[in-house]
Amino acid sequence: MMFSVAAIALLVTLALSLARASLGPTVFDRLQAANTIGTAAMLLLSVLGFLGGRPEFLDLAIVYGLLNVIGTFAVLKYFRSGDLGATSDQKADAP
Amino acid sequence: MSALVEGLSWLSLVLGGFFCMVGALGLLRMPDFFTRMHAASVVDTLGAGLILLGLMLQAGWTLVAVKLFFLGLLIFFVSPTATHALARASLERGLKPLLAPREDASSKP
Repeated sequence: MMFSVAAIALLVTLALSLARASLGPTVFDRLQAANTIGTAAMLLLSVLGFLGGRPEFLDLAIVYGLLNVIGTFAVLKYFRSGDLGATSDQKADAP
Repeated sequence: MSALVEGLSWLSLVLGGFFCMVGALGLLRMPDFFTRMHAASVVDTLGAGLILLGLMLQAGWTLVAVKLFFLGLLIFFVSPTATHALARASLERGLKPLLAPREDASSKP
């Protein structure tokens, strides 16, 4: 019962974040919403593991969290410097 | 499992779900990108922390609790880093806070 309450709350969180990701005026709003969706999905995975009586879902949650942060930083670097291979030295030398 | 641990787990899970919803509502309703980022951090700190604490109380002293602890540690370190990088990148791209005081305004005493 308590896991169902938490799971429903997390589903509402996911829906609201999804609305912001589709509405967001700038790309950074969408990225922030994607980050929140990633956190809520990690929590939802762990709660679902307890809900089904199979806590092995926690491994999936950890892997999903690692993938989420790598994805966020990759997209962020692309939108910050316009190049995935750029280093900070190159950026300082550019006119 | 004693009734006290059960009740504490209930309270943590429900409060964590509540704070997750509050953070997402702020993410949807706030007027500015920086205020939205501020609201979204509620999900990463209080919401995730309380839900993981409730699950940890359910799990007891097992390997599952250790995995939940490492999941919380991951969120604890990674989410402020991502938020900081996001704020820095948006400032570098010229996004200004909506309510920032103007420099040419006569707000100086």
